[in-house]
Amino acid sequence: MTDRPIKVLIAKPGLDGHDRGAKVLARGLRDEGFEVVYTGLRQTPEMVTTAALQEDVDVVGLSILSGAHMTLVPRVCRLLQETGLTDVMVVIGGIIPDVDADELRSIGVAGIFGPGTTIAEVAEFLRANVRARD
Amino acid sequence: MSTSSAPATGVAGADPAARARVLTDAATNGDRRALARLLTAVENRTPIAEAALRVLYPKAGRAHIVGITGAPGAGKSTLVAVLIAEARRAGRAVGVVAVDPSSPITGGALLGDRVRMQAHAADADVFIRSMASRGHAGGLAATSAAAAAVLDACDFDLVLIETVGTGQSEVEVAAAADTTVVLEAPEMGDEIQAIKAGLLEVADIVVVNKGDRPGAQRTASQLRAMLVAVARVGAADRGHHGATEGSVVPPSILTTRGRPRPKQPEVLITTATSGDGIPELLAALNRHRGLGREGPGAAARLARAQAQVWSILAERTRASLAESHRRAGTTAILQAVADHELDPFAAADRLLATLRE
Repeated sequence: MTDRPIKVLIAKPGLDGHDRGAKVLARGLRDEGFEVVYTGLRQTPEMVTTAALQEDVDVVGLSILSGAHMTLVPRVCRLLQETGLTDVMVVIGGIIPDVDADELRSIGVAGIFGPGTTIAEVAEFLRANVRARD
Repeated sequence: MSTSSAPATGVAGADPAARARVLTDAATNGDRRALARLLTAVENRTPIAEAALRVLYPKAGRAHIVGITGAPGAGKSTLVAVLIAEARRAGRAVGVVAVDPSSPITGGALLGDRVRMQAHAADADVFIRSMASRGHAGGLAATSAAAAAVLDACDFDLVLIETVGTGQSEVEVAAAADTTVVLEAPEMGDEIQAIKAGLLEVADIVVVNKGDRPGAQRTASQLRAMLVAVARVGAADRGHHGATEGSVVPPSILTTRGRPRPKQPEVLITTATSGDGIPELLAALNRHRGLGREGPGAAARLARAQAQVWSILAERTRASLAESHRRAGTTAILQAVADHELDPFAAADRLLATLRE
């Protein structure tokens, strides 16, 4: 079956409790035809990685508004690599200052979506960039 | 459906049987990544899936497969989470297949069952997989039972299948599970609701969840009165000599008049959020598992085998009729039905005849 939906994990790692954006995105991607696994608040990098593994997702989307992205995102990326999930795309959303973007991209973050990004833009990006997997 | 498509899974030119063998060997040896990949193949119904299921089927059949169903918001996912915890205390490995609905409009889905279960994310002996229903009605995805069989073959001793939030008649889970648990919430209906046909009929165990809410006891006693007592009266004429013409259902689950016997479900009260009643529920599940080794359980397994094989037969029949050398003939017969030149029964007979040619 070549037209299976793209499967996306939406998770909020860390301690900030602002999950409205993640929920709106999860709902929006659903409407764009994605299968979205939503795991909710206060996820550790280990929980995110296990969920990505068990669900065999194409994309991991992390929502972070607390400023802890430079701690959490590298840990998630490293754990995904160590678990062998090298073909899973990582994208992040929330409040991510421009000065951190290059470093985040260098550790494997494929897309960074800040305030004002439309759901259609995220959907287009994912459709264009999710790679074929075995 | 085509709005958000991922590229096809599978290496071009790779032999599906060889690939399936690699994945099944790894998955049955505890490789969780391989297990996840197998489940994806099953969900996407790739050639690898069929080859893998052929290898895994003989290894399956040892797990206790438990269906958890009930209305949206009744507490299915929360109950599954505490059941996992209780089963883990007993040292059992737990697999979960959690189904949520796909949008009939976009094909997308929001799979939110994990939210309640994330406490077990770090446990290597718990494997949770969400599935979208992908247009399948009946409370499950078309491939949910096969996914449960894969977990079974990979040594998960307890496999929980959580359905989409169901209404009155999505009873398919009963054919996929050894034991079916129907979740009710307090004050969701009166005795009349309890005696309607449908979902409650397939329950082996009825759980009134949210037991800390007012009305839980009353709901449970109404359900007991209507389900258990009535079933007992109906079972008075149970016998083993029912008329079974045209059915492969064995006589042991039929009454003397050849009708299927009503189940006599246990009715329990739980509060999933606090864990109250969960040890009792696990004990009831184990009791039912014990019963399932003979009598009604054997009949249920035969019915499940029948459903699986019938569905594959139907699919293969359709595929054969669509094969290139038959397609034109098939289309012509269908067109004749569309034009009312041929009735659908005669058309089916003719199509079956073409398969024998």
